[in-house]
Amino acid sequence: MSKYSIKLNGKKHLVDVDSDTPLLWVIRDEIGMTGTKFGCGMGLCGACTVLLNGNPIRSCSTPISSIKPEDKLISIEGLSANTNHPVQLAWIKEQVPQCGYCQSGQILAVASLLDSNPNPTDQDIDTALSGNICRCGTYQDMRKAIHEAAKMMKTTSKSKSK
Amino acid sequence: MSSKTTRRDFIKIGAQTAAFLAIGFENLANGTGVKVKKMAHEPHIGVEINPYVLINESGKVTLFNARPDMGQGTSQSIPMLIAEELEVRLDQVEIVTSDGSAKFGSQLSGGSSSISTRYIPMRTVGAAVKEMLIQAAAQQWHVPVSACYAKEGRVYQKNKNISLGYGELVASAAKLPVPSNPTLKNPADFTQIGKSIPRPEIPSKVNGTAKFGMDVVIPGMLYASIAHAPSIHAKVKSYQGEKAIASPGVKFVLKTERKMPHASTEAVAVLADSYWAALKGKRLLNIEWESTEADSMNTDKYFNQLKEAGKNPGYEYKESLTGDVNKAFSQATQVIEAAYQTPFLAHAPMEPENATVYVQDGKVEVWAPVQGPDSLVTELAAYLGIKKENVKINVTFLGGAFGRKAYYDYVLEAAHLSKQINAPVKVIWTREDDTQQGPFRPGMLSVMKGALDVQGKVQAFEHKMNGASILNQVFQVPLDNAPDPWAEEGINLPDSPYSFPNRRNSFSLVKTKIPILWWRSVYASNNLFGQESFIDELAHQAKKDPLAFRLELLSGSPRFVAVLKKLAELSNYQQLKAQGKAVGIAIARSFSSICAHAIVVEKQGNGISIKKVYSVIDCGVPINPRNIKAQVQSNITMGLTAAIKNEITVVNGQTQQSNFHDYAVLRQGEIPEIEVFVMPSTEAPGGVGEPGLPPVAPALCNAVFLATGKRVRTLPFDISNV
Repeated sequence: MSKYSIKLNGKKHLVDVDSDTPLLWVIRDEIGMTGTKFGCGMGLCGACTVLLNGNPIRSCSTPISSIKPEDKLISIEGLSANTNHPVQLAWIKEQVPQCGYCQSGQILAVASLLDSNPNPTDQDIDTALSGNICRCGTYQDMRKAIHEAAKMMKTTSKSKSK
Repeated sequence: MSSKTTRRDFIKIGAQTAAFLAIGFENLANGTGVKVKKMAHEPHIGVEINPYVLINESGKVTLFNARPDMGQGTSQSIPMLIAEELEVRLDQVEIVTSDGSAKFGSQLSGGSSSISTRYIPMRTVGAAVKEMLIQAAAQQWHVPVSACYAKEGRVYQKNKNISLGYGELVASAAKLPVPSNPTLKNPADFTQIGKSIPRPEIPSKVNGTAKFGMDVVIPGMLYASIAHAPSIHAKVKSYQGEKAIASPGVKFVLKTERKMPHASTEAVAVLADSYWAALKGKRLLNIEWESTEADSMNTDKYFNQLKEAGKNPGYEYKESLTGDVNKAFSQATQVIEAAYQTPFLAHAPMEPENATVYVQDGKVEVWAPVQGPDSLVTELAAYLGIKKENVKINVTFLGGAFGRKAYYDYVLEAAHLSKQINAPVKVIWTREDDTQQGPFRPGMLSVMKGALDVQGKVQAFEHKMNGASILNQVFQVPLDNAPDPWAEEGINLPDSPYSFPNRRNSFSLVKTKIPILWWRSVYASNNLFGQESFIDELAHQAKKDPLAFRLELLSGSPRFVAVLKKLAELSNYQQLKAQGKAVGIAIARSFSSICAHAIVVEKQGNGISIKKVYSVIDCGVPINPRNIKAQVQSNITMGLTAAIKNEITVVNGQTQQSNFHDYAVLRQGEIPEIEVFVMPSTEAPGGVGEPGLPPVAPALCNAVFLATGKRVRTLPFDISNV
């Protein structure tokens, strides 16, 4: 066992775990935040997606030892304070989730996409979300909500610049 | 809490919480009809029967939902039926999932039956409570009941600016007799049913707070990972527990069992203070497995047996038997035969099977994603040898299920372990467990035979189903001289009313030890591939347009005709055809709803690409149109995955696939555009969670035939190389 300091959702956590412990289980079992989901354990489904310095990573196959204390980690709980990130608002508006289990990962992947690409084409969306499976098949509603979120973000940034 | 309260009395509960009005049904479980009665209720513990509605004096309304939500929307749609008649908005109420106790009757989410079986009973519950509240207000105001009406949690006096909240009325309403036959609203007056009302649980599913079984934490619990036999039924010959127990965090290493309905298999469990520690400990077990005869399980061999079985007449379904098939075939000018094979499939819900169970002092409490808490109570009580009253199930959200989570082997595993160590145990299956251990949708073979006359009219039609029986394996119903009644789903006469003058459906049982189970739309997912592909083959043989061919054969079934005509309009079928596009159609009725798809494909290289899916569903009165569309999209995606992605194969007892790399699921970029139309209707509601799936594969393969001239008769197939 070794001690690791990680910064999750803006808060420092000190954990004492084996060096090979996947970040997923540190977040869920040690820190106690369960919005990040276990789906496959091999980085194939994306249910465990969190943001590492803004980029989506698969926390189920990221050992804790690879995380630096200064790295900024965001899980679904840290995306917004009041469920008011444009992606979350668009998801609610379009009523995207069915079972909802994959959605934390989907939403974080989309938030990261829109951060770097405010006007994603359908092709961009396909590429950015190719690592996130939804067995319920909410893909089409997600696509609609992504375009919706992009629109909302533009309106927000416009009103900010005024 | 008063110990003298009886189920017949409304009661005062505590000094602060005041009166609760609880109402429900007797006899829902055995379906002997609706009888509304009064009863006491203790919040969230519940010693009385059937409480669906609670109102306290502060006006808070709690509605109980007895249909677990696996993504199909029952946590909204079922309470909404009560809310509509009770005149409360869904955002005014708290929704609580039932706990498996007998008072709620059947609590199974399955067979797409939630809305169709609850539509009248749940509305009756709401209407009865509303009538009592209105009567209480009328008495207080000394006006006739007809001078009052209820709206959004309050009773108003007509033409006067006065009202009383439900909380203010509940104490006096509680003293009134419960109306046995309350008046239900005219559907024209619905304010919620038929509207796309937002689902209350959606915000919790976009901010990480929705609680799935996977997220349950109970103080003192240990995490368990279980080493299941690679060949499912093998026995544990030896294992090295010492290494595993020495691994950090590991507390117990136990030989354990997996109890399935048809077999109990051996396994070794590692219990630790974290899941990762349990997984690491499991790797050190070095188990030697002793093979059993089940190691000869082989899907190739099974399908060969199906082909042999398909040469026999099988046991016929008497209700579907029409005319004299043998005579018609012997006199026919043209006889066509074809066989269609559908594979074994895993359910692969995104949330792997998991359960947290605490067995102590002859009682058991469960926190788990399960489709039917009441049937789990029965199973657990029998398994542990305890009374049903001592079983409590806390149903979480289900991270997908598709039938899998109505099979409780994973819950029993946790119970078995908890009982041994006297602590709460959380069993979490790996994706590999989920993919490899079954139960699977059984692979089936449809052997089809049709006869056409010189005008191209169908003279005889035969569908012989061959394969394993869920009823036989899971419920141990012997089918020695009879067909499996469930296996005719989707092709029986009500589901497939094609007017064939001579017709015969039959079933030949081929048993397997491979664990099998219902999988979204069950046998309809197998049957309709053969049925609707072969109808298409007959149409081409008769040189008729497949849509016109179906319309002619279905002319006596107006709802089918209306769906097909709407589909033609929605897809611009005639125009697409005129343009030479490959558009395949299929129609199916299952779970009391009719759904038809038109799928447009284009030739691409050696294969095809799927351009668009049009869909029309007639599910009777639509309860939540947006949710119906979502379910149809979901079924189309799952149906396409089943048609063009991977199958489950078993060689020498071992499942060959293990995770999403070799048991793939369609991803964002692989989904064609989908357009769904929901037929307006005033007919009784049918199912929605499954009926969209059966017509997917045949519509796709009918399109593939138009694009390539090749007839796909075995699923899955590779769309890049047809």
